[in-house]
Amino acid sequence: MELKNINSVEELSKIKDDTYNKIKIRFSEDNEDKILEKELKKYHILVCSGTGCVSSRGNMVRERLEKEIRKRKLEERVKVFKTGCFGFCKLGPIIMIHPDETFYIKVEPQDVDNILTNHIVKGERVEKLLYKSPTLNQFVENMNEIDFFNNQMRIALRNCGVINPEDITEYIAMDGYKALGDILTNKTPPKDIIDNVKKSGLRGRGGGGFSTGRKWEYALSYDGERKFVLCNADEGDPGAFMDRSILEGDPHSVIEAMIIAGYTINSNQGYVYVRAEYPIAVERLEIAIEQARKTGLLGNNILGSDFSFDLDLKLGAGAFVCGEETALIQSAMGLRGEPRPRPPFPAEVGLWEMPTLNNNVETFANIPIILRKGGDWYASIGTEKSKGTKVFALAGQINNTGLIEVPMGTSLRTIIYEIGGGIHDNKRFKAAQTGGPSGGCIPEELLDTKIDFESLSDIGSMMGSGGLIIMDETDCMLDISRFYLEFAQDESCGKCVPCSIGTKRILEILERISKGEGQMEDLEILEDLCYDVKDSSLCGLGQTAPNPILSTLKFFKDEYIAHIKEKTCPAGVCNNLLKVVISDEKCVSCGICARVCPVNAITGEQKKSPFHIHQDVCIKCCACIPKCPVDAIYKA
Amino acid sequence: MENKTSEQIKQQDQTVTINIDGQDYEVHKNLSLLEAARTVSIEIPSLCYLKEINEIGTCRVCVVEVEGSRNLQASCVYPVVDGLKVRTNTDRVLRARRTAVTLLLSNHHRECLTCIRNLNCELQNASDNLGIRNIPFTGEMQDYGFHDNNPAIQRDYNKCIGCRRCMAICNKIQECYVYSPLNRGLNTVIAPAFQKDLSEVSCIMCGQCVLACPTASLSEKEHINEVRRVLADPEKHVVVQTAPSIQVTLGEMFGMPIGSFVAGKMITALKRLGFDKVFATDMTADLTIIEEGSELMARVLHEPQKLPLLSSCCPGWVKYAEHFYPEFLPHLSTTKSPHEMCGALTKTWYAQKYDIDPAKIINVGIMPCTAKKYEAARPEMQSDGYRNVDYVLTTRELGRMIRQNGLDFVNLSDGKYDEPFDQYSGAGMIFGATGGVLEAAVRTAHKLITGDEMSVPDYEDARGQSGLKYGTVQLGDRKITIVIAHGTGNAKKALDMFKSGEKKFDYMEVMACPGGCVGGGGQPILGGRDHKHISLSYRHNRADALYNIDKESKIRRSHENQRVKQIYDEFLGEPLSDIADKYLHTSYVKRGQHPYMHKEKPYEGYKETD
Amino acid sequence: MEQEVQVKENFDYKKIDEIIKKYKKDDGMLIRILQRTQEAVGYLPLEIQSYISEKLGIPISTINGVVTFYSLFTQEQQGQYTIGVCMGTACYVKGAQEVVDAIRDELQIDVGETTMDKLFTLKTSRCIGACGLAPVITINENVHGRLSPADVPSILYKYIKTHKKTRVEESLSKVGDKNGA
Repeated sequence: MELKNINSVEELSKIKDDTYNKIKIRFSEDNEDKILEKELKKYHILVCSGTGCVSSRGNMVRERLEKEIRKRKLEERVKVFKTGCFGFCKLGPIIMIHPDETFYIKVEPQDVDNILTNHIVKGERVEKLLYKSPTLNQFVENMNEIDFFNNQMRIALRNCGVINPEDITEYIAMDGYKALGDILTNKTPPKDIIDNVKKSGLRGRGGGGFSTGRKWEYALSYDGERKFVLCNADEGDPGAFMDRSILEGDPHSVIEAMIIAGYTINSNQGYVYVRAEYPIAVERLEIAIEQARKTGLLGNNILGSDFSFDLDLKLGAGAFVCGEETALIQSAMGLRGEPRPRPPFPAEVGLWEMPTLNNNVETFANIPIILRKGGDWYASIGTEKSKGTKVFALAGQINNTGLIEVPMGTSLRTIIYEIGGGIHDNKRFKAAQTGGPSGGCIPEELLDTKIDFESLSDIGSMMGSGGLIIMDETDCMLDISRFYLEFAQDESCGKCVPCSIGTKRILEILERISKGEGQMEDLEILEDLCYDVKDSSLCGLGQTAPNPILSTLKFFKDEYIAHIKEKTCPAGVCNNLLKVVISDEKCVSCGICARVCPVNAITGEQKKSPFHIHQDVCIKCCACIPKCPVDAIYKA
Repeated sequence: MENKTSEQIKQQDQTVTINIDGQDYEVHKNLSLLEAARTVSIEIPSLCYLKEINEIGTCRVCVVEVEGSRNLQASCVYPVVDGLKVRTNTDRVLRARRTAVTLLLSNHHRECLTCIRNLNCELQNASDNLGIRNIPFTGEMQDYGFHDNNPAIQRDYNKCIGCRRCMAICNKIQECYVYSPLNRGLNTVIAPAFQKDLSEVSCIMCGQCVLACPTASLSEKEHINEVRRVLADPEKHVVVQTAPSIQVTLGEMFGMPIGSFVAGKMITALKRLGFDKVFATDMTADLTIIEEGSELMARVLHEPQKLPLLSSCCPGWVKYAEHFYPEFLPHLSTTKSPHEMCGALTKTWYAQKYDIDPAKIINVGIMPCTAKKYEAARPEMQSDGYRNVDYVLTTRELGRMIRQNGLDFVNLSDGKYDEPFDQYSGAGMIFGATGGVLEAAVRTAHKLITGDEMSVPDYEDARGQSGLKYGTVQLGDRKITIVIAHGTGNAKKALDMFKSGEKKFDYMEVMACPGGCVGGGGQPILGGRDHKHISLSYRHNRADALYNIDKESKIRRSHENQRVKQIYDEFLGEPLSDIADKYLHTSYVKRGQHPYMHKEKPYEGYKETD
Repeated sequence: MEQEVQVKENFDYKKIDEIIKKYKKDDGMLIRILQRTQEAVGYLPLEIQSYISEKLGIPISTINGVVTFYSLFTQEQQGQYTIGVCMGTACYVKGAQEVVDAIRDELQIDVGETTMDKLFTLKTSRCIGACGLAPVITINENVHGRLSPADVPSILYKYIKTHKKTRVEESLSKVGDKNGA
């Protein structure tokens, strides 16, 4: 790809027009063109190249496609592109064929032949790769007819699954860098930009929910020898991958926003702090920065203006606490990522003691489109205090796991039962966990809660960065709390007392209870300690670490009590309280269970009497359960 | 009227009005909430706070309710602003403080009754003040063990509360960078790299970390029992020497006001403890001055390329130079410290003069310093095969020994130093404070070079507590630039400026500890119940006491000390003579910043004499 | 100043020098230098941390503090294959713990340990983002998803087999070389 310096808005818009023509085949609204293209039998095949699909061998599918197309000399007619995450990661690898918008799922490298022969050459869809709607029990050809996508509104993810993230011109074709171009040409006063952002009502998507416009305003108000724009891409919540998908699928939206932020607060240097665990995101960012530099969108005199800005990457090295902004700043300077008390806030004292504006990836990704379409447009979406959309990573015991973007105010019920397709295996919903280790568990009776910043914190959870884990009757709420606490405890930086020692003590109480060694007084000590850790910890990690416990103590206290008083785990998860039992009625005395038992805890006489598990010997490995031909063994 | 003045002050932006516990107070605007509250007699407890050195808000014991803030805030790092409303003693606040201290105790080896800091421990104090009566949390305790592979400082990791004060003082004041937090979460430990012993890293053994430590996680290595053993041995002739600064600090161990001059009581106490002779290190300080002053004169007149001359009486500073500035080792004065000179002379001149077998002489130093323990163990520090100094006790250890023996220190009568180490000048005295060595040396160098006595020997420039000071002195027709640094970080600044050519000088005195020996790592630790918060200011009082004694001294110049003259006449001949060189001068070792790479021999304890 | 940290032959110090040279000019690049060095050497032993300390003029305590803070850094030599079991929430609720147990049983090592033959190191990792494939393990760069504990032995065996094969090939080619010469 030959990239040349873009010296003016006019040159930018020419690139936009040229590129758009090349890729308009992908947009269904151009109906006439679509037919025309089809007659010429030209195709664009977009292969999801997000981490999810790459892990399930999506890369090999793409390579195979490219190879086969060359072999069959179809290069003129069929072009293969990488693209960002469609969100339906459970069904990956996913490919999308334009112009007919066919959505193929679980594509294996060996399916490539089939696709080329039937779809491309014969014009017939490959049915076995289509999505089968569980509700209608029929194949769905078009992406927009799938429930999963139906209730979504993709703003931050607008380009994911649409463009090739490794080609800056495709981003430009989607009106990319237009907001920046307009600002630089019109020399828009920073105050106007901030007003627009404020008007949009955009709030920090990293979890805090602080007004982005006001944050920019503060950053502008402090002078410094140097000033910095920092992008927090240290997405560490277990189960959350919103930011990664944006960086992998649309890195330029973040870069454009950071340049605009630099212009607004009068900074010439930005850094993206990204987890080293995200190699694909790092690679895409490196490519994007390189291309932006080549086109002069980063560097000196951007688009012929007198504004200069450059961007570099800082890689994290595996510490969750670095998502906290003061810790992130320490880490970006190459030190231990330990938070410090605020005030002073980074807007005043940040990187190298200089004023620093720090926003999260998803927040930045919203900026260009807000500035293009206006703050009012964005503010028209969402609830009174939480505007726009939010990206969630949907996971757990739910049929459609993946990445979704919905307007603020969408109810949990809609997300779980419509977009998510309900609970896996028709089990009973128990709780939804939002906000990862900082959030809480929401019970069934609150399923109609409309998700926004306030309503979630009102019910003891929080928005967090957007992890949304669904749990069913087989999940033990005590075990889930223990899991999150173990995480928080392990990731505590060790600086302040309540967090470093307090979370360990909380964890120990939980472990005692889960082993059946708890006392009722423990619940009181636990709750008190949770409040004190929350109240007096130094940074957000410690201040929110007790949330999973406090919320489960509030909504699922009976499970705690069952562990303490009855010494049982109602969900059958906590190993120490489990009993593996063979049903006398069902047992056919085949003896298979006794053979797989690693500790010889099962005895019985073959073909004569039912087998029996000796509880004092049993180590609850449950190896026998799946081996029983008549499902006679169960956990009690 | 008064209101108006405060309004006027306010207009000059000097003060702000804040509301603490329902009452308005006018406080200085550049203070933290904790400091501001102290100015109006509200004591907010804290464990990690060390004014201007460690303000990081980690212990969370100083939390308060700040109106408009969802969480409790650490008052030690919260800046006061006009209109701030805080509550410092609500149930919520007290509960959080109690929880923080209880959590610390749940991870602390609570052996208070047998702990070296029993009754002088900030954690114990905080627990008592908060009325903690039980510890409901049981669980895993951090266990990083106990390190004491060196002669001076021991580290009990199981008593560390992670306050980082040791690290702050080591990094910011001493600039030795010994400590860092390692690992994270509950496993975090404030330790030297790779959790090495202090002897294996670039530690100068100054003991400032010991002073800063709120608990017994860092303490001096006690040698009381070793000393008691030799005292009980009738074969041994045990002499003790006391450093100048001890005389103004030992009283603090017995509740006397800071700066009390207790030399007489101390001598009586030492005699009652069973020492055969009590000597004044101050006297050999005078001798050090003559030797070092002569060295200065020799270099000024004959070897200007070996300028600047760097003082060498502080073992912490010597070790610092060995670790961080090996290229400056030729500039270090080769003169031994007064402490080692006294040791060398007792086993040579004194032994000959009084006809005592040097093998039977034991020299015990009472020093304000942990590095002196290290210095005494250095292989260079011996004369004719005998250790110069056999044991070193810090001020704190001597205080404990006196208590153990049931001596009513405050009411003891005054004793006198024993011959022949009994006379000393005011110049020798002020060795114990920063600037003192240089001042004393200049007084003598003036005489050596010009042959005239200096009429007004008060160099105000050289005193006081600002960390790094420059001055010029006219020595005859030669004007020399002098520098006084205390806190090795300040010495580093001076040497870096010298290296870059920014600021040249001819003579520098360095005391490793801020304030000089009066602030030494072996001095009484304040911060218990009687002195609520550790600060550096008490060092002024101790230093002032020394200077006042100097002022009242009849002899103020080292070369006027008759005993010093006697030593030269009877034994050494003249300054820098061959004999002086043999017994009173030493050499240095390049150590570098990664000593653990060379696998230095671990410390094996003091050699048993015989 | 003379070189204090002794250069041992078995580390690629030239490569480390290149890394330091490349990043030294920018501010705050210690973490990046450590990352690149670990990629080159495999781990960050005391000698290498001291070497970097000397070259950058950063105290060794600071460097060791950084190395021990971040979970991506290791001071111990790792196995040829590092097994990372994802312990993200999605994987955890889908049975990641059982997978860890199965690997522990199979290799007889605990989490954080390396097998005697230096072939495998077992680690648990934070969410790697392949939640749709839960539970997931990574073996070096390869991702294995939708696992059950029963799958573990066969997957590990594949790596053992490849390893043996390459060793056999290596020794064969050595034999071949000898014969050729």
